[in-house]
Amino acid sequence: MDMETIRELQAYGYAFFTVFLAVILYAYIYHLYKSEKNGRRDYEKYARMALDDEITDSPVEKIEPEYQEKDKEERLNELAK
Amino acid sequence: MQSSNVINYDYTIAKYFAIATIVFGIIGMSVGVLIAFQMAFPELNNLAGEYGTFGRLRPLHTDAVAFGFTLSGIWATWYYVGQRVLKVSLAESPFLMFMAKLHFWLYIVGVAAVVVSLLMGITTSKEYAEFEWPIDIAIVLVWVIWGIGLFGLIGIRREKTLYISIWYYIAAFLGVAMLYLFNNMEVPTYFVAGMGKWYHSVSMYAGSNDAMVQWWYGHNAVAFVFTVPIIAMIYYFLPKESGQPVFSYKLSLLSFWGLMFVYLWAGGHHLLYSTVPDWVQTMGSLFSIILILPSWGSAINMLLTMKGEWGQIKENPLIKFYVLASTFYMLSTIEGPIQAIKSVNALAHFTDWIPGHVHDGTLGWVGFMIIGALFHMAPRMYKREIYSKKLIEIQFWIQTTGIVFYFTSMWIAGITQGMMWRATDQYGNLAYSFIDTVTVLHPYYTLRAVGGALYLLGVFMWAYNMYKTMTASKAIEFEPQNASPMAA
Repeated sequence: MDMETIRELQAYGYAFFTVFLAVILYAYIYHLYKSEKNGRRDYEKYARMALDDEITDSPVEKIEPEYQEKDKEERLNELAK
Repeated sequence: MQSSNVINYDYTIAKYFAIATIVFGIIGMSVGVLIAFQMAFPELNNLAGEYGTFGRLRPLHTDAVAFGFTLSGIWATWYYVGQRVLKVSLAESPFLMFMAKLHFWLYIVGVAAVVVSLLMGITTSKEYAEFEWPIDIAIVLVWVIWGIGLFGLIGIRREKTLYISIWYYIAAFLGVAMLYLFNNMEVPTYFVAGMGKWYHSVSMYAGSNDAMVQWWYGHNAVAFVFTVPIIAMIYYFLPKESGQPVFSYKLSLLSFWGLMFVYLWAGGHHLLYSTVPDWVQTMGSLFSIILILPSWGSAINMLLTMKGEWGQIKENPLIKFYVLASTFYMLSTIEGPIQAIKSVNALAHFTDWIPGHVHDGTLGWVGFMIIGALFHMAPRMYKREIYSKKLIEIQFWIQTTGIVFYFTSMWIAGITQGMMWRATDQYGNLAYSFIDTVTVLHPYYTLRAVGGALYLLGVFMWAYNMYKTMTASKAIEFEPQNASPMAA
């Protein structure tokens, strides 16, 4: 492959990656805002985690198998309605 | 897991690492100040025979501050912050407690081996990766043990969500593991070819490949030791000390992924105008400039966390440390990309502007964050108020003056040096010889050493304040919610 072809391929690669990475960046920002808007996630509730960090403070999202099971049942019931 | 109402966080290991941070800080920075004075006054090279020369001491300085002071600071805060945001105590798992103690003591043995070997002149000659293979193996072991502790604690947590600081600690663990392993692939010469001593080795890579791997490592050591875990600290300590929630959690996530993706490609900027492929250089340059985005994302997020609460900067010296750390992070992450632009680099490369840039980041960002973090932890760990607020205030201003002396002198020295090296007369002959630049730079080297000495003085004040806090300060009955208690 001659040098000119290599340079040309590099230029196409450069253009492709510039567009591709910019799309990824804005898609992630869109995903963050969209998730919050449709109620799937509330990211900002995690912003206080450093403040409420006593071992006795309630976790933002608790890990407790029984609780999780119960939660799942409730959600299934809700869906059944 | 036991009921949470009888459990307390266990700070034993955080205390160990806090003391190690202070001790290694004093050692690493004292050596730094000495070699800065050696640059200005070369006769100081002769103080202790071969052991006191610049060549022996320079790697000791860089490794002691990066892998001694900074790593200890990172681990002191990990063993503190990790428990708190995961809402689980180390005391709940005897296994993890044992691993944490093993982590500390093996690390200390590793550091001792590093100090002795570097002073003896045993080195692989790769910058920030000078340790010979037996020490590398010990370091890998320390890292694996930390990993077991890190993921072990995450495994027994009560809080399902991993706070942003935890993401950054995980990234520091994984990043350094990958970088360290690949850059330290080496061939023990004695066992393979019967050459050298049993501890000698050569790199597994050769020529330009070695340079590329080395600077992929070298620059990302800055990323995953001096940046990523320090961001972990500021995302915990600034909100906690000020009582303000993170301004935008979404921005913290965006900046995290941005930093993770972009940083790894930027190392090529250390090799501009060298024998590595042109596209590697362009990519290094380009990604360095893009790096402004995630870096400023975190820094601005922290400054905006103080929105409406700027009065605290006057009242609370720890907030001063965090806010200035964040500001220095912004300064060094705009300065670095500027230096990585090819045309600027043609002037800046190999000049004193580069160490000037490094020290904006390390003294202003890394140092201030670690100092501020340990001050915040002290009343909670030792159940005593901080010994002296006034001393912190004085320390802050002395160290800030020291940093300003450091980077201003190195900016002027670096640009002067670069301009003199490239200056030519009307026939194209070089206008200056090397010694001309040395003569011109002498006052700036002296000023830099004075700046370093001021910063070191502040470190001694910090050590004294911490020692008095541990031993002689007034006991506190309740753990403070936010602002750390301190005697006037």
